[in-house]
Amino acid sequence: METTEQLITRLAAQARPVRRLRPPMVRAVLWLVGMGGVGGVAIALFSNLDVTIGRLSEPLLLAELIGILGTAIGAVIAAFYLSVPGRSSRWGLVPIPFFVLWMASSGDNCYQDWLVHGTDGWALGESFACFRFILMTGVPIALSLLLILRRAHPLAPIRVAAIAGLGVAAMAAFLLQFFHTFDITFLDLAVHLAAGAMVAAGSALVGLSRRRGGFMPPARPM
Amino acid sequence: MAAGKDIHDSERDKVWSRLMAAAQTGDQHAYARLLHDVVPYVRAIIRSHHRTADRIEDIVQDVLLTVHRVRHTYDPSRPFVPWIAAIARRRSIDGLRRWRRTDMAELFDQQAYETFADPRAKRESETSDRVAGLGDAIAALPAKQRQAVEMLKLREMSLAEASGKSGKSIAALKVNVHRAIKALRARLGKEVR
Repeated sequence: METTEQLITRLAAQARPVRRLRPPMVRAVLWLVGMGGVGGVAIALFSNLDVTIGRLSEPLLLAELIGILGTAIGAVIAAFYLSVPGRSSRWGLVPIPFFVLWMASSGDNCYQDWLVHGTDGWALGESFACFRFILMTGVPIALSLLLILRRAHPLAPIRVAAIAGLGVAAMAAFLLQFFHTFDITFLDLAVHLAAGAMVAAGSALVGLSRRRGGFMPPARPM
Repeated sequence: MAAGKDIHDSERDKVWSRLMAAAQTGDQHAYARLLHDVVPYVRAIIRSHHRTADRIEDIVQDVLLTVHRVRHTYDPSRPFVPWIAAIARRRSIDGLRRWRRTDMAELFDQQAYETFADPRAKRESETSDRVAGLGDAIAALPAKQRQAVEMLKLREMSLAEASGKSGKSIAALKVNVHRAIKALRARLGKEVR
């Protein structure tokens, strides 16, 4: 049976130089800039940018975009901070005001649509295409983010992966706005949320699998 | 008095921070000294969650292993104490969860070994005596499962210790011991019947 003294001697003998992680904010900004570049190219090449820019004159849509982008950036930054030991858990609160703004403006948008169109406001618009879009963009973005977060071997992997998942879902929803140039219905919003929740839950599951020796290895030596 | 303590804490933090910065560059002496120095602090945090000495020591070792694994995440421009305290608290709470699960799965009833008032119980006891023996059953297990049972159940090593000693992952040890218990239960149960 190894004593604590023996363990210390063994660990000290194994001490090799390590490459320090850069501060969480630097890592988060680098990742966001990289993703922003890829997303910007995709928007420039494939989206209906003129229509989207025209729609920005609607204050409600502008508020929604700020909410979505704020949620994405806030949650990604929070995930980088929470992945490192000793950082305040209050970082997890950063995306919440933006998330509330997103939900409120989106919900109000649906409500206005419902007032104008009546029961048609509950109809399913282009929801399935949006659902597919969020999942297809969300999954590769989530994988790249989780791979980078994995370097910190987070002590609370489920929490980190879940908040990262929220950021990714918001990022996919933000990109969707450039390809989704019409007002959404309540059902559309529900489908968007379901797709986002699937991305976030999938990410949390990745965090969980870390405990079982899966995608994210445990902090203890294997 | 409080100011004196603050100065002491701040000095201690600076020393630990310097030692960890040196350890990150591969300085083994600094690393050994740091680990020695932090053990009492870590133990004090764990003591607020756990009572028995062996559990406390088990988690202290778990914390040291975690520190070793995540030492690249420490930023020397920041205080060291919140970093190590976060690791100690997290591992201590993980330990609580682990033992709660174990305690719920294990039963201890002294009288269960001594009650023979029911003739059926006696018969079962005699039958179990006839079983070739637990030792033989363990010896018949595949090597990995046998090693896991010997370390974790017979020698009562902690998962962290067994992992360190065998070089196997904690997850692999858990799987092997689970399979071994299942195999033993199947074998012994069959012989009793």
